[in-house]
Amino acid sequence: MHDFDYERPVSLVEALSLMARHNGHARPLAGGTDLIDQMRLGRHQPGALIDVKRIAELNVLAADADGLHVGAAVPCCRIVEQPLVNQQYTALVDSCRIIGGIQIQSRASVGGNLCNSGPAADSTPSLIALQGVCVIAGPAGTRRVPVERFCTGPGQNVLQPGELLVEICFPPRPPHSGSHYRRLIPRNEMDIAVVGVGAAVELDESGRTIRAARIGLGAVAPTPLWAEEAGALLAGQPADDVQFARAAEAARKIVSPITDMRGTREYRIHVTGVLVQRVLRAAVARARGEAFTYLPGH
Amino acid sequence: MATADKRPYKVIGTRPVRHDGADKVTGRAKYGGDMRLTGMLYGAMVRSPHAHARIVSIDTSQAEALPGVRAVVTSADMPAQGDRVVELGEGAANMRHLTANILARDKVLYRGHAVAAVAADNVHIAEQAARLVRVEYEVLQPVMNVLDAMRDDAPILNDDVRTESLGAAPQSPDQSRPTNIAKHFLFEKGDVAKGFAEADLVIEHEFDTAMVHQGYIEPHNATALWNTDGRITIWMSTQGSFTARQQTAELLRVPVSSVKVVPMEIGGGFGGKISVYLPPVAALLSRKTGRPVKLQMSRADVFEATGPTPGSHMRLKLGVTRDGRITAGEAWIAFDAGAYPGSPVGMACMCVFACYDVPHGRVEGFDVCVNKPRTNAYRAPGSTHVAFAIETIVDEICEKLGLDPLEFRLKNASREGTRRVDGPVFPRIGMVETVQAIRDSQHYQSPLAGPCRGRGVASGFWFNVGMKSSVTATVNLDGTVSLIEGSTDIGGTRTSIAMQLAETLGIAAEDVNPTVVDTDSIGYTDVTGGSRVTFATGIAAVEAARDIQRQMVQRAALLWDVDPAAVKYDDGRLLGPAGKQFTFKELAAEIHQTGGPIIGSGTSSSATQGGAFGTHCVDVEVDPETGKVQILRYTIAQDAGTAIHPSYVEGQMQGGVVQGIGWALNEEYWYDDRGTMRNATYLDYRLPTCYDVPMIETMIVEVPDPQHPYGVRGVGEVPICPPPAAIANAIYHAVGVRMRRLPMSPPNLLSEILQRFQD
Ligand SMILES: Cc1cc2nc3c(=O)[nH]c(=O)nc-3n(C[C@H](O)[C@H](O)[C@H](O)COP(=O)(O)OP(=O)(O)OC[C@H]3O[C@@H](n4cnc5c(N)ncnc54)[C@H](O)[C@@H]3O)c2cc1C
Repeated sequence: MHDFDYERPVSLVEALSLMARHNGHARPLAGGTDLIDQMRLGRHQPGALIDVKRIAELNVLAADADGLHVGAAVPCCRIVEQPLVNQQYTALVDSCRIIGGIQIQSRASVGGNLCNSGPAADSTPSLIALQGVCVIAGPAGTRRVPVERFCTGPGQNVLQPGELLVEICFPPRPPHSGSHYRRLIPRNEMDIAVVGVGAAVELDESGRTIRAARIGLGAVAPTPLWAEEAGALLAGQPADDVQFARAAEAARKIVSPITDMRGTREYRIHVTGVLVQRVLRAAVARARGEAFTYLPGH
Repeated sequence: MATADKRPYKVIGTRPVRHDGADKVTGRAKYGGDMRLTGMLYGAMVRSPHAHARIVSIDTSQAEALPGVRAVVTSADMPAQGDRVVELGEGAANMRHLTANILARDKVLYRGHAVAAVAADNVHIAEQAARLVRVEYEVLQPVMNVLDAMRDDAPILNDDVRTESLGAAPQSPDQSRPTNIAKHFLFEKGDVAKGFAEADLVIEHEFDTAMVHQGYIEPHNATALWNTDGRITIWMSTQGSFTARQQTAELLRVPVSSVKVVPMEIGGGFGGKISVYLPPVAALLSRKTGRPVKLQMSRADVFEATGPTPGSHMRLKLGVTRDGRITAGEAWIAFDAGAYPGSPVGMACMCVFACYDVPHGRVEGFDVCVNKPRTNAYRAPGSTHVAFAIETIVDEICEKLGLDPLEFRLKNASREGTRRVDGPVFPRIGMVETVQAIRDSQHYQSPLAGPCRGRGVASGFWFNVGMKSSVTATVNLDGTVSLIEGSTDIGGTRTSIAMQLAETLGIAAEDVNPTVVDTDSIGYTDVTGGSRVTFATGIAAVEAARDIQRQMVQRAALLWDVDPAAVKYDDGRLLGPAGKQFTFKELAAEIHQTGGPIIGSGTSSSATQGGAFGTHCVDVEVDPETGKVQILRYTIAQDAGTAIHPSYVEGQMQGGVVQGIGWALNEEYWYDDRGTMRNATYLDYRLPTCYDVPMIETMIVEVPDPQHPYGVRGVGEVPICPPPAAIANAIYHAVGVRMRRLPMSPPNLLSEILQRFQD
């Protein structure tokens, strides 16, 4: 591995000035579970690493009237233990529970997962489904970008030189809502998604009709996708298998997967539909408060 | 099982704590990666980015100019080999191919092929220098598939390869043109046409299996010191220190006695750590620098540039009568050899029908060069491929004829006296007993309910080998015995050897202290491979114990002043006339007063093994919408002859099954069209994890092998053979799809399921 500098700022202001000082040659370091390996393989050779784990603003994990704030450096292990997230943002918990194993979850952050911008990142479809918005700070101030517009290609995103992801915030969850994420992997653990689907649904008081739904897809295009139409056509429809199948068909239409060592194009298109139906079924069950258990990998 | 009730042993069959246990669980055991010597340099390899190319030029000047770089070597530093064929302990090798595999000469034949190496003050400088070595290539068309490589117009890898025909008339009499087909085997028994004419049902199918890797956790490593007196010491991870010594000496063209190999602890091998890759290179770098040099592979290097097991294409045909008796079998088997000849296709030919009494048979095999790493042994080399083919055809026959698959096996099973298609006649073997064990098992007897669930069975065979081993043992004054052996310990063999010595001497296993030593410190010992160590090194240990017995008898006779013939060695005691008696410990305390040290030695060289069989039963559940398979339950019955340490026998059985499950479901070398393996990491090369396998239930069957004093049969290899077939059969019974291609990964299985519902 090459030589590099290491900085550990304790405030956002300090971090942004360090980023500016290194003038495009620095990379933020959160858990390092992507970055360290990529540096070891020579894929990135930053002159400096700016460790963001000590910055208060990036370690927030709390709810207020605006909804839920998840700081960019918060590791998965904190997220899966947060009571509100466990009650209302379950898709995010589903994602954080399957990213790596316990050791990885103790370091890996959702912010890092998103900023690494891999098409198969396991938290991004959930962030999309839960209507997450990225709060980005940079030399020119702060801006907000919906998660579905954050990634621009494999390993690429909208961050400009000198910018940092500060947090992802989510609107409050309405009553009668539920969400779920699952992925297809050939093994049962420690694997990368061949297809990943996250969905959030809101039902009416009767629990029979869907008011709104959002579906996020992973590993089926150069970036994670928001299956906007598949979600929209569920609005006002009964929460049943016929409608889930329609949503699955719509989701299949927007994907553009490749054939690689993880699966063929045809396989990924097929499984997109299968998972959309399964995930919607589970999200609806959760919205109705029905018991629902899910064994990852099965 | 078969003989458990009449076990006459005190030590054999018990489960003492392994002698190397404390070192291993506390992290104190020393592996090759732990080597640190004063003044040691670190090396890095330069490897080909192309699957097939001619080397136009190599420019090392920039690398050599980098501060901290101490030496660079290329194939120009390797001695010329000419046309030598050398016996290397596990088969003969063409030295020109072997040396070109260590450092490519005029061509690179696979991606990852080593081209040059650098030694520097630290690994970071070495890696940077490796990137500065400029290699100019003329890229050639790669050929990746065995059938493509057999075509007349295929790109040729080695211009010195001509087809060698064994048992067959030369297919192409034209020996002037180079070919990728290095060997053509033919075995025949009886009259195949007559046999098929007698059949009421003939089933024939084609099968494909992907190249797979052994998947050991520890990457290859070697640290070498070429001393100024010409003596070379190598510290390395190896399955066989003596074959590593010989290969290194032959490759460097130095006398074998000038090389000492010190085997470090080994983090898995499964056949893949027999060939040397790094030691000659580390030695050359050491000679150039006068300092010790350490080389270690990355995981990608291990996948791309060591010795996986071949991919294959097979055609198999089996004929049976209506009442389920096999009348004839025919097989056509082509294996990827990788870059240079030497796949285990010959062994595959011998294994394909070995479980059954096939009266009329014909087997043809082809060893074919392709632009992949040179293949090597992997746990029962070649047998898993052919078991997948024959055992799924047997299942289909049973289904078509409405026969129970285990009763069919019992009816046709090989027994003592059955002649294999390739000639040899079986001695006493335990195929029948393993089938009976599964038939009577709680697993097979229990119902399996639920949608998309199915049960499959399959059997498998492996020869097991004998070969050569040496053991010495010294009696200590406190009555313990120090045991010195040359067999590197991969599966707990320090303990299984010590137990045989202890049993023979009538002392406790804990009173034997086994040590694996270097090639200067023990007699010649063949590789830890071929399921041979507990068998053959065990025989040597029993001999060493008998040697000690003889000497102890003489010492007792001296003390009692009687004729040695009047002293009996009985179960750890020496019995003399008139009730005179010593325990082993009592007499050990006297050895310095009665003539000095007692050292026993033993060797094994001529014993051969009778063969190992296993029968497996598996329940699966298939997700029909995604093609994903879950293993619900797995039981293995295997003939261990006599289980010395049952926990290690069970461990071998379970480990073999887990590797077989990986091979069956997900493992494969996945190549793009440029011949680059795209999944050379443990993320994308999917070994099973503990979440993917249930507890493997084991049934040890004991049909003692008369060739071993305690009846041992090797157990390490045969458990990998049946799993792909057993799982394929279970998948069929779950969802009605016959898989004839490995791996049966979700995409591959789903495409078959979807096709079936379309038809
Ligand atoms: C064994 C193992 C298993 C894994 N399993 C999974 C899995 O199942 N699913 C999955 O999706 N991933 C998996 N990963 C990948 C990785 O763990 C995740 O992507 C993780 O969420 C990355 O978070 P991190 O905090 O470690 O990011 P880091 O590695 O620190 O950073 C990742 C990238 O984001 C950038 N970055 C980090 N923080 C910021 C910020 N605040 N602003 C701007 N840029 C930033 C970094 O510069 C870097 O480019 C696995 C990794 C390993 C090693």
